[in-house]
Amino acid sequence: MNAIKRYAGLIWIILGPLGIHYLLQTASAEIAKKPGIDTQIQWGVFITVFYPIAIGFILFGLYALEGNYDQLPAASSEIDDYQAKPL
Amino acid sequence: MNNNNETKGIWKVIGASSLGTLIEWYDFYIFGSLAVVIANQFFPKTNPTAALLSTLATFAAGFIVRPFGALVFGRLGDLVGRKYTFLLTLVLMGGSTFAIGCIPSYESIGFLAPILVLILRLIQGLALGGEYGGAATYVAEHSPAHRRGFFTSWIQTTATLGLFISLGVILLTRHFLDVDPAKSIAKFNDWGWRIPFLISILLVVVSIYIRLKMAESPLYEKLKSEGKTSVNPLKESFGNKANLKMVLLALFGATMGQGVVWYTGQFYAQSFIENVCKVEFDQSRTILIWGILFATPFFVIFASLSDKIGRKWIMLSGMFLAVISYNYLFTNLYQIADVKTKTEVLAKKEIKTNLTAIANSTDFIRKTITKTTFTDGMTMLQTQTDTAYAIPGKATIKPLIAISKTLASNDYWKMVGIVFLLILYVTLVYGPIAAFLVELFPTKIRYTSMSLPYHIGNGVFGGLTPFIATLLTTIYTDNKIVGLMYPIIIATICMIIGAIYISNKIDPAVDR
Repeated sequence: MNAIKRYAGLIWIILGPLGIHYLLQTASAEIAKKPGIDTQIQWGVFITVFYPIAIGFILFGLYALEGNYDQLPAASSEIDDYQAKPL
Repeated sequence: MNNNNETKGIWKVIGASSLGTLIEWYDFYIFGSLAVVIANQFFPKTNPTAALLSTLATFAAGFIVRPFGALVFGRLGDLVGRKYTFLLTLVLMGGSTFAIGCIPSYESIGFLAPILVLILRLIQGLALGGEYGGAATYVAEHSPAHRRGFFTSWIQTTATLGLFISLGVILLTRHFLDVDPAKSIAKFNDWGWRIPFLISILLVVVSIYIRLKMAESPLYEKLKSEGKTSVNPLKESFGNKANLKMVLLALFGATMGQGVVWYTGQFYAQSFIENVCKVEFDQSRTILIWGILFATPFFVIFASLSDKIGRKWIMLSGMFLAVISYNYLFTNLYQIADVKTKTEVLAKKEIKTNLTAIANSTDFIRKTITKTTFTDGMTMLQTQTDTAYAIPGKATIKPLIAISKTLASNDYWKMVGIVFLLILYVTLVYGPIAAFLVELFPTKIRYTSMSLPYHIGNGVFGGLTPFIATLLTTIYTDNKIVGLMYPIIIATICMIIGAIYISNKIDPAVDR
């Protein structure tokens, strides 16, 4: 199971930039089709919001690939034990 | 005896927390439900700047401000305590909702009106971002470990019940302002829409009074007395790898799928019934009201079940059912109201034409209303508006056509049944999620850590569902259910991540 968790990490790492590429492509096509301020704001908000989420998705994939999800804490209190380890 | 007191105590906690959260959702939804009326009052389409502010109010409040509110109030809740933080969010939400109901229209005070509405809407989004995490944490920290799912499920019912009450209040107000239904609707669109906003203040005052009498969470009090509260909750939540990985897992393995299932089952379903199936205003709302009423007890049932068998597979089964059946269920919704499947009663066809003279012109505005009755009892009103030109042979290139169908009883209840199923999926994914999120994070940074993934999942991924789904239908115009691609893809990814990475263990204690 841990091997699946790690290899799947690669998929998440690839999906992040793919998602952003698709978003940017669709946004530019839609803005070109309807060049009003409403369309620009709408797509501007989509990009602003989804860009950091995609970065988070890549980070999630990276953590998975590194094996950080091999062993999950059995209780929330266990997370305190990791406090000494910064990013 | 002790057990009795404990149980009484927890019900007080649940009552106080749920009532406030319910009011916050109600406040947030009435703005969305009355968006068209509010736009006419404050954001005239003829003025581009006002229309721009309208777009900002719609998008910014739900998608940017909610997660930001989660950070601001989550941090505050971990620094100063749960009780005062979610009291503050309630005051902000109630105050801004009441104030929206008091703002003079654009015609009276000009640009100040849309600017004030935008500011108040942003405050609403901010407050909502802070409320849920506080209420869920507060209840969970009072609950015994073996019934945490059951007790937090009452908080989970509030989002759907808030929608239920907002729809009910709007429908009642819309029909009780005059004995003549048409006049009542006209009065509602003119000034009656303010009533749902204004009555919110009464509910908020009662809720504040109840919450003021509540004590701080015992777990938080304990941490505080031991001097173990967090000094910098944001840094500890997102700057610490061990916690950040759980935040990311909560978002991508649970809340993003929950968000899209939640919004598809309720908001997109209602929008689909009204705008794609063309079912008339009242029926499209009462269908949702019945669906909510029948499905709501399942929030408690599934959350309670999660105390016994774990949270993971209940939540994922909701996503799985949504992924495999959305296309089928929405196709059925469409077919129920599709005139191609029905036989017209030609003898009952009525056509009325009304001409209104255009000032300083020889042309007229022509409104043609065609009423068609079908053998199964469904009626359809088609209103075509165009210009009747005085010059012979000249015709409006694209007349305005509005269609409104009134379903027969049998079809109406079929739609209620489908919406019930859609909301049942919501209860599967949403019922156990508060307990699931609470158990992922330690007490001292719980409010901050659980609020952000919840509001990104629910607010961003979920909140965008109606917009993205509608957008897809404008790109792929031949396919009426193409909008479902978005929730299906997101729920599938989330389901796979959840199945691979999430643990089904129930945290034995959340007391650190």
